[in-house]
Amino acid sequence: MSDASAGTPGAGEPREEQESANLPAVAGQERLAERVVRTGMFGTRTTGDTSGYGGLRVRRPPVISSQPPYGSYFDELAGQVAAALQADGTSFADAVEHVVADRGELTFHVRRERLPQVAAKLRDDPALAFEICTGVSGVHYPDDPGRELHAVYHFLSITHNRRLRLEVSVPDADPHIPSLTGIYPGCDWHERETWDFFGIIFDGHPALTRIQMPDDWKGHPQRKDYPLGGIPVEYRGTKVPSPDQRRSYA
Amino acid sequence: MTTTHEGHAGTAGDTTVNPGDPGEAAAGGARGGAAPPRATGLDDGTAEGRVYTVSGEDWDQVVAAADEMADSPGTGHLVVNMGPQHPSTHGVLRLILTLDGETVTEIRVSIGYLHTGIEKNMEYRTWTQGVTFCTRADYLMPIFNEMAYCLAVEKLLGIEDKIPERAQIIRVLMMELNRISSHLGGLGPFGMELGATTIFLQGLRFRERVLDLFELITGLRMNHAYIRPGGVAQDLPPGAIGKIREFLRQAPRLVRDLRKLIDANPVFIARTKGIAYLDLQGCITLGVTGPMLRSAGLPWDLRKSQPYCGYETYEFDVPTVDTCDTYGRYMVRMDEIEESLKIIDQCLGRLSGKRPADDPVMIPDAKIGWPAKLSLGPDGLGPAPEHIAHIMGQSMEALIHHFKLVTEGFRVPPGQAYAAVESPKGELGCHAVSDGGTRPYRAHFRDPSFHHLQAMAALCEGGMIADVIPAIASIDPVIGGVDR
Amino acid sequence: MGLEEKIPSGIMLTTVEKVAGWARARSVWPATFGLACCAIEMMQTGGPRHDLARFGMERASNTPRQADLMIVAGRVSQKMAPVLRQIYDQMAEPKWVISMGVCASSGGMFNNYAIVQGVDHIVPVDIYLPGCPPRPEMLMDAIVKLHDKIENSKLGVHREKEIEALEQARLRRLPLRGALRQVAAAPAPAGPDAPAVPATAGREASQ
Repeated sequence: MSDASAGTPGAGEPREEQESANLPAVAGQERLAERVVRTGMFGTRTTGDTSGYGGLRVRRPPVISSQPPYGSYFDELAGQVAAALQADGTSFADAVEHVVADRGELTFHVRRERLPQVAAKLRDDPALAFEICTGVSGVHYPDDPGRELHAVYHFLSITHNRRLRLEVSVPDADPHIPSLTGIYPGCDWHERETWDFFGIIFDGHPALTRIQMPDDWKGHPQRKDYPLGGIPVEYRGTKVPSPDQRRSYA
Repeated sequence: MTTTHEGHAGTAGDTTVNPGDPGEAAAGGARGGAAPPRATGLDDGTAEGRVYTVSGEDWDQVVAAADEMADSPGTGHLVVNMGPQHPSTHGVLRLILTLDGETVTEIRVSIGYLHTGIEKNMEYRTWTQGVTFCTRADYLMPIFNEMAYCLAVEKLLGIEDKIPERAQIIRVLMMELNRISSHLGGLGPFGMELGATTIFLQGLRFRERVLDLFELITGLRMNHAYIRPGGVAQDLPPGAIGKIREFLRQAPRLVRDLRKLIDANPVFIARTKGIAYLDLQGCITLGVTGPMLRSAGLPWDLRKSQPYCGYETYEFDVPTVDTCDTYGRYMVRMDEIEESLKIIDQCLGRLSGKRPADDPVMIPDAKIGWPAKLSLGPDGLGPAPEHIAHIMGQSMEALIHHFKLVTEGFRVPPGQAYAAVESPKGELGCHAVSDGGTRPYRAHFRDPSFHHLQAMAALCEGGMIADVIPAIASIDPVIGGVDR
Repeated sequence: MGLEEKIPSGIMLTTVEKVAGWARARSVWPATFGLACCAIEMMQTGGPRHDLARFGMERASNTPRQADLMIVAGRVSQKMAPVLRQIYDQMAEPKWVISMGVCASSGGMFNNYAIVQGVDHIVPVDIYLPGCPPRPEMLMDAIVKLHDKIENSKLGVHREKEIEALEQARLRRLPLRGALRQVAAAPAPAGPDAPAVPATAGREASQ
């Protein structure tokens, strides 16, 4: 073995990394065009970073939308939903903004005005037969202007043993979503809970009142702009602030 | 008594934090939204009619309003509050009943008296620390809370098929033990509420044996924080298998004794047969799963239809009856206890059979698996001495991993996942959202008790007030899970 | 001088305090305020293995009117707080409170908007019992300590004097800083109607 070949690839190995598309100069340009998802080593966001790695920028494209084929039973399911909607004269793209097939689960991001129609089809169409809506929950994304509040519905089909997720995004300025209590009565309390914690108003809900918090509570506690609300823990001689006020290392 | 502090100015929607401050209703103008305190008869024009906020010291107004709504005022429609402090409501559940004599004409359920903010608290802790919070949601089945959460996290991490087999077997073992203790923890108070304290004592006596096993294996009798993303916290201590075998030997006799006491008991039958009837149509409409659905004749069990943790490799039946009443649900639960004993036996067979020399209970991936290799030492539970020697003397990388994992936690790639387990009460689901960080962005628990309490009206209206108690008990709600 | 002095062990010479204390300690009926996980451990304490009936306390008086002891077992949410206070008010004197578990004692692991950070914000507590949840044996230890306290508590004027002395001793003991030191220096006013369970005398921590 000569010294020249010690650190270089052998003659017979493919030179994939020498392809022009993979050369660092080109691949790096594409990476620079992607969105920055995190800055700083170890994810520090406050001045707690004493490691000097605050200048690092990590870019990873988020999973926004999947293109068909989605895999497993998802394509068949999407086709059946599209067919069911077509019978009403609504196209799939009309009702569903985009589809995400991630981690073995299928999510339809539905437009809010189409939500009751899609839900009714899920329940009534025999090919779909999603008998059970296990509930609604909210997620608050303050960094996504115009789509801050998401309501996430999970459906279960006992007949076909399948699951589906519907997600509806609404802006903070207009947090209205049509209620599904007329179609899936079990959503009643879940919608109340989502109103209580996030402020999403479900139009058509028979009695949208607070369910977990006291009736006269102000604010919607699980939003990201609502503080955790703890008190400083007192010790002899010192106080430790509540978890959301402490210095964060993550 | 209420904490008061200033919140930051929020975006649209009222987010100022002055919880005890009476004042204008929350912005957002929801129909029937948060009403001012002590307001009654607030005409919100909701579909059901006037909305009455029952908040305290206004009972006379509520009664007057109920009276005026009745067909002929003064006929004796009674509005009764089975308040949050009550011996028979399985916790802090509040029921507001409108009675016509003994018959319940209306029942309204008011929850939230145990709301703890667990889900919000989890957003400020690492993924592993989240286990200690979610375990206290439904405190009669802590293992199932942990399991649903860890399944969701493992789905997000993409390591579902990398969990060591021994960890999966131990998870199944713990879940089935918890199923037994949860059913007994529901059955005991059920008996007590019917006035049969013997059932209470017998059930608790049986339950103590299971709690002994929990204490042996996890260190705690309840709220164990034992199942963690990637595996379980520590391996079975020496002697555990023998103790579980001992338990399996005694358990059938204990179950038999309980059944002899209850199954053919004429008082029990009179109080539970035909009570709280909810047929299959009703169950599906309301989205009810679990023993209530199986008592309506549908053998739907997530362990069979969407198995997790290797349940497809175990042999067990799904007990189903079709009487749709409280007695049927009781029979389903007793049968489930017997099935759980079968599964535990199979778990023991696998654990004590031929096992590889290196049999981890936590995923070997050093960037995720809890590093400490917890074990029982002379001074209690802690990292194994070999592990300490390794990180302090042998491997800098292991030390860094340990440090980073414990202080900061592992990072979970962004996305969302929903994982459901077949808990003793029904389908317990965890919806976890990650933004790529070390903390859950959102962790929501779809608790079966929460969902099933909506069925109270269907179960109780038209029946007698004394039947409300077996109805609640047949749902078997745990208010910690309802309110979280 | 008479027959009374000849009877051994001072049989006829006991005090009302001792008799009342002896009777009260042995007939405590808990108004179990079981809220969350600690309620399950409280139930197990009433079960056959750890047997609360040995104290006569398995008969939980669900109506507060007949109860002596309120065991606040579990986390008290903001919504539940007024209910807790109302139940406490409905109990007749003399009454005692055990706050069982860390959530009742101090808010526990839930330092957030929803949980009252210690039930002593609402009711005066006699025994704080830490644990998450405390074992049944720990609960029984707390109950035994409470029995001890009940048995040795003084009545009437003696009680007020005792509270006074305890408060002074405590204030002297704490490493106070700033304003509190002035409070300790000033004579504390003696309240004419001391509540049955004075708040300051009630802060005995259970191990």
